[in-house]
Amino acid sequence: MGNIWIVTKREFASFFATPVAYVFIAIFLMLSGIFTFFIGNLYERGQADLIPFFNFHPWLYLFLVPAIAMRSWAEERKSGSIELLMTLPISVAQAVLGKFIAAWLVLGLALALTFPLWLSVDFLGEPDHGIIVAAYIGSWLMAGAFLAISTCMSAFTRNQVVAFILAVVVCFLFVVSGSSIVLDAFQPWAGNLILDTVASFSFLSHFEATAKGVLALNDVGYFFIIMVVWLYASLIVIEQKKAD
Amino acid sequence: MISVKNLSKFYDHFKAVDNLSFDIAPGNIVGFLGPNGAGKSTTMKMLTGFLPPSEGEIFIKERSIDSDAKAIQRDIGYLPEGAPAYGDMTVWQFLHFIADVRRLKGAHRKERLYDVIHRVELSDVLNRPIDNLSKGFKRRVGLAQAILHDPDILILDEPTDGLDPNQKHHVRQLIEDLSREKIVIISTHILEEVAAVCNRVMIIADGQLRFDDTPEVLRHRSRYCNAVSLRLSYAADISGLAELEGVDEMEIDRKTGLVTLFPEPGKHIFHAINEYVTQRRLPVDTLTLETGRLDEVFRDITTAEVANG
Repeated sequence: MGNIWIVTKREFASFFATPVAYVFIAIFLMLSGIFTFFIGNLYERGQADLIPFFNFHPWLYLFLVPAIAMRSWAEERKSGSIELLMTLPISVAQAVLGKFIAAWLVLGLALALTFPLWLSVDFLGEPDHGIIVAAYIGSWLMAGAFLAISTCMSAFTRNQVVAFILAVVVCFLFVVSGSSIVLDAFQPWAGNLILDTVASFSFLSHFEATAKGVLALNDVGYFFIIMVVWLYASLIVIEQKKAD
Repeated sequence: MISVKNLSKFYDHFKAVDNLSFDIAPGNIVGFLGPNGAGKSTTMKMLTGFLPPSEGEIFIKERSIDSDAKAIQRDIGYLPEGAPAYGDMTVWQFLHFIADVRRLKGAHRKERLYDVIHRVELSDVLNRPIDNLSKGFKRRVGLAQAILHDPDILILDEPTDGLDPNQKHHVRQLIEDLSREKIVIISTHILEEVAAVCNRVMIIADGQLRFDDTPEVLRHRSRYCNAVSLRLSYAADISGLAELEGVDEMEIDRKTGLVTLFPEPGKHIFHAINEYVTQRRLPVDTLTLETGRLDEVFRDITTAEVANG
């Protein structure tokens, strides 16, 4: 447990030692503001809630989370520091978790810094605070799922750009798996069971209820399972490919 | 105590390390020699648990690296090739991170950090990001990281690569200063380094162990060991030198005019030659006793078709 925390601390500090975290947070705040007000029409709707804000999160995360995760393992491999890390008395699982938690905390921080929006709707009307808290938690969990996928893609390569592109593509598939873009490819040959299974992988459908403040067990569980599965995959990839 | 048995490593069909077996006892300062790509780094990566062996076993302090890698890694200090570190951290932050990982606490932690920073002379760059440091300083940070927890086993992959002569000397001094109870393994392709700091030499070529003994024995393998070379100020008849008792052969370098006399195995000829030169009043400028040329032995051993170590 101690080792995870040591890695987390180092990674978290390194996000702020380089401009990565600052750029990420600034862009996240700007984009979420633009989406909420100009495309989501927060004012025009005349309702005191943050649904327009949360609805855009999957699309924001689609590009921003791979961007923050792309260096986590690719850089480690490129600079050779992976050899140092793997020969310290820290297990691969601890290193994977430590790095994941550090990036997840940065995402959480970015999310927390959107609090002025919450204050605005509170000032303008009487929002249901429980719903907003639940939606924030749900959004953070979804960010974790995006992050786990991106971490795994970063573990595959020593090139950050490749890691980014792979992560965006895989995340995109997960985001839209419930829509016709993906389902049409399965329609002609797959049975209903497969179609339903593929559709159930969709981040969008799992986040739909969450954005409205309903933290259903299956949605929360889904995001957790995605995290566990992809982090486990990263662990295997790193074990297999650490010296390449 | 390190015990390696029938260690091999394959990359696809390429044999990087081929059936290595050796034991290293505390107090041994081992120089790992070999041409580039001979399998030195691969062997070190397996010893430190970074790479799993394809075949064979490694026991360190009676624990197998297969099952006890993390426990073993606690006892090892390792400087990987190229001295990688986290470039965005300052030296101070980096050493503290390593101290965290090594579970150094309280007064002991302070003392170790202080000791290492002074030994490796990092005080001037403590607050600079590692990325901005020169190659020599980066190497020293890597070294500091490796010795921070005062490990029983120190494995250094090319610790002096890219350092200037002063820094090289400093690193050698540092290795000599380490306790005599430790195991130190240094890989290098600088031969003088081995003669200077090591008490045991292992030469690896094509993944196989070709030589394993002291630097003196290695030197004695040289044709030049105990040979005598001399230089004349002007041409003179020196044919008599070749007839002297114990002299096996005489070689004259046409370009430099250097005359080298090789002894028969086990014979010492310096004295006889010196006497002969004085008696005949030969115009000799310099007269030197050769100690053996390591580079020549190294070439012989590493280019040999069949292993003879």
